[in-house]
Amino acid sequence: MKPWLWLVVFVAACALVPVFGNNYALRLATIMCLYAGLALSWNFIGGMAGYPSFAAAAFFGLGAYVSAVLQSKGLPIGVTWAAAGLGATVFAALIGMAILHLKGHYFAIASLAVVEVLREVVNTAEDLTGGGMGMNIPLPGMPVDVQARLFFFAMLTMTVLLLAVTIVVSRSKLGFGLRCISQNEDAADILGIDTTFYKVAAFCLSAFGVAVIGAIYASWVQYIEPPDVFDILYSVKPLVMVLLGGLGTIFGPVIGAVIYLALEELVWRNFLTVHAAVLGGLIVALVLFLPNGIGAVIRDRTKRAAVRS
Amino acid sequence: MTALLELRNVSRRFGGLVAVNDVTLKIAEGEIVGLLGPNGAGKTTLVNVVTGVHPATGGQVLFEGRDITRVPPFRIARSGLARTFQIVQPFPKMTVVENVAAAALFAGRAEGMAEAFEAARRHLDFTGLGDAADQVASTLTLAKRKRLEFAKGLAMNPKLLMLDEVNAGLNSAEVEDAMRLIRKIADSGVTILIIEHIMKVVLSVSRRLLVLHHGELIADGLPEEVTNDRRVIEAYLGKRYAEKAGR
Ligand SMILES: Nc1ncnc2c1ncn2[C@@H]1O[C@H](COP(=O)(O)OP(=O)(O)OP(=O)(O)O)[C@@H](O)[C@H]1O
Ligand SMILES: [Mg+2]
Repeated sequence: MKPWLWLVVFVAACALVPVFGNNYALRLATIMCLYAGLALSWNFIGGMAGYPSFAAAAFFGLGAYVSAVLQSKGLPIGVTWAAAGLGATVFAALIGMAILHLKGHYFAIASLAVVEVLREVVNTAEDLTGGGMGMNIPLPGMPVDVQARLFFFAMLTMTVLLLAVTIVVSRSKLGFGLRCISQNEDAADILGIDTTFYKVAAFCLSAFGVAVIGAIYASWVQYIEPPDVFDILYSVKPLVMVLLGGLGTIFGPVIGAVIYLALEELVWRNFLTVHAAVLGGLIVALVLFLPNGIGAVIRDRTKRAAVRS
Repeated sequence: MTALLELRNVSRRFGGLVAVNDVTLKIAEGEIVGLLGPNGAGKTTLVNVVTGVHPATGGQVLFEGRDITRVPPFRIARSGLARTFQIVQPFPKMTVVENVAAAALFAGRAEGMAEAFEAARRHLDFTGLGDAADQVASTLTLAKRKRLEFAKGLAMNPKLLMLDEVNAGLNSAEVEDAMRLIRKIADSGVTILIIEHIMKVVLSVSRRLLVLHHGELIADGLPEEVTNDRRVIEAYLGKRYAEKAGR
């Protein structure tokens, strides 16, 4: 019961931002939901199944472009988002069957290659995507502050959906099977788990979440180009967030996303010229010294407090 | 005799090495069969061939008359063929009961998580691990980890259970316990193939022995026959022992 309670608390806290916050706060909250959604999506394949995927940027860009192209053809925005999610799911199923039999570093590299290949494809398909020129996807006839709220609530809805799916999956046969796979895949196989199916399912869930978030992002910023949406940082950030928050846990990805965003903002303000280096150093330090994530520290603290009282 | 498990001219190569060489055998329902052989004889490979982990490179494997030579391991597991690992393979970060519940859920008959955990606790009590149910698997002693392999195998609800050196590394009291457990499992109607180094241990439970040597099946029969077979004594106990025995 407890995870659902936290979910409600999370939603309530987020929903208050547009009521009380200014535009800056709303923008930050939107990015926070974007990050949390990416981290939750990555957690299915990276945390639950234990496969270090770097394909997130591929799904992010794919979702952004599917939505942008369909929007430019005049389809309603919500339809293009759904299409982005479904398209990426099918794509992930096909790619997953091809690369999920690889282990460890080999899988990581193969998943990274998917990003490069997709970026090149989008670069080349100029008729459809504008190639290196990028795509403009204006949203006419809507005041700016209404738009800002619309996209915030879209991101929030997606994050909440992903959080709900995480809770359900982690208690289901699928989540149990994925945990077995992440701990000992050979034993899982011999115990009757259809490992290929389970891994592909996790990869598809991950792709769906990332792609819809990419699609909402494209509509939000209204201009996309390949180096922006196929940026490898979209693969790296969710991984770092999940490591920060706690691998394979339910709320770890959300906690990690919040911490990451806070660090990013702080460092950005105080170390404008060298922010990337400072941020990188901080992250390495955190991951090294807190291998189980900050979520684990909080859990231990509360446990110890409970024992003492 | 309709065999539960049948191997027809089964071979398995690893590159140039023939780990299992043209093995033909049958195991009937209800038997307890011992599989013996010196280090590197191909015993574990034979189990891997049957369970689909390393599919045969030649010949056929039939389970209940069905050809399973090329069937993937997870399907073979679900059809009632379970094995334990010589090198124990728990899910290290899960509790003991979770480990067993996984077996019950994915290969056994359990419908849903609740039923799987219920079945798991039953199997833990049966194998004498009930008290360790909520312990994390990686913290178990070797003897208990071996027991966990038993419990997992049983939870899969097998028709045939293959035990790969479940006694290795145990002291004699622990071995006694394990053998008692094996007899109990056999009494519950499970056919058993028990792989062992130590002949004495196998003799206490099985009335039929198979001996592998360099991948070949060099003997198959009653313990009295097999233990007096010169080739077996030579291969298994060494030439010197064979000469002594032949004297
Ligand atoms: N995956 C593998 N790849 C290459 N060679 C292998 C593989 N598995 C086993 N072998 C080789 O096959 C032969 C038979 O090994 P196997 O493990 O089946 O013997 P065993 O009878 O189980 O021995 P032990 O009593 O030591 O457990 C050995 O020479 C081994 O090196
Ligand atoms: Mg062996």
